[in-house]
Amino acid sequence: MMHFMKGIVTLKRGPWELIATLLIGLGVFMLMQPFVLWAYTYSFIVTLVGTVMFIIVSHFPEQE
Amino acid sequence: MSDGTVDRLARATPTRVARKVKGLSDRAIAWLFVGPTIFLLLAINIFPLIWTINLSFTNFKANRPNRAVEYIGLRNYERILSDSDIWLSMQATAHFLFWTLFFQVLIGFALAWLINKKFRGNDMWTTIIVLPMMLSPAVVGNFWTFLYQPQIGLFNYIVAFFTGADPSSFDMLGSVDLAPWAIVIVDTWMWTPFVMLICLAGLRSIPDYIYEAAEVDRASKLRQFFTITIPMVLPFLMLAVLFRGIENFKMFDLVVQLTGGGPGSVTEMSSINLKREAFEKWRTGYSSAFAIILFVTVFGLASIYVKALNKVKER
Repeated sequence: MMHFMKGIVTLKRGPWELIATLLIGLGVFMLMQPFVLWAYTYSFIVTLVGTVMFIIVSHFPEQE
Repeated sequence: MSDGTVDRLARATPTRVARKVKGLSDRAIAWLFVGPTIFLLLAINIFPLIWTINLSFTNFKANRPNRAVEYIGLRNYERILSDSDIWLSMQATAHFLFWTLFFQVLIGFALAWLINKKFRGNDMWTTIIVLPMMLSPAVVGNFWTFLYQPQIGLFNYIVAFFTGADPSSFDMLGSVDLAPWAIVIVDTWMWTPFVMLICLAGLRSIPDYIYEAAEVDRASKLRQFFTITIPMVLPFLMLAVLFRGIENFKMFDLVVQLTGGGPGSVTEMSSINLKREAFEKWRTGYSSAFAIILFVTVFGLASIYVKALNKVKER
């Protein structure tokens, strides 16, 4: 966990990519779930943030 | 390439061309070669994408090109993301996506595991299993509509044989409850071989000495399966899931051929809905926004796919 947090603070690729991946996954789930309409409404913004974040953080340096 | 070949190529270059190219740097020559491809990429992929993003903020209708186009901001996105019909089409897509992936992974892995065993006729069985994947989705959709016919369909007769029900008592493509499963069955039949091939590649990449070492350590077959086979095939399986997931998210041809989105709209998936909005209702701006939402979703999934692919390469 400390390793992960250190990676977040020092802008390392691995942990940030993990967050972006989770956001994309969450966005896709929100888009397709049959339970609540508000989750569907906000799904696009979550996926968009995750995707843009993924593009940006994939240029961060690798964690040692 | 040897010096001799380079000299021969240089001699064979027409004098006019040679005179034009003379004096150009290697980088400039490289750009000359790459230029047409980049131009095509920009013209066919990037420009339409930017144009679609632009249209998604307007009320443009392609069947009324002379009407004044108004910029309406994010209104198209707001409408789509609060439209319960589109939400239902997303749920239909999710049902199709989840169950096709579930069955394809399960059956694909089981088939790969069986085919990986050494037995007589192994290659012949692999070829037979892989055949459905080679067919056109239009052809598959067409002949499965015959198989699903309540009166003459072979599928109904097989189900009737095992269950004792009357073959004409159920209509796979006409029933609201059965139609979503009918398309899942066809897609699973067609694309399980693809998952099987990827799993087979994963299984064949596991070196024998790992199993031999496990045998020496007296690990049971079950333990070998869960601690060697599954973890080593997992990246391949993940690739297959992501690849099929992205493909099925965009599924159009097979479903249109089978049900056309019906009965009602139970099998109307996002791609079919998008086509209706764009080319039947001619709401171009609205459908552009819808296309962008689907594009961002697929692009996000593709990003994860590329990351997974790199991980597999590192192994």
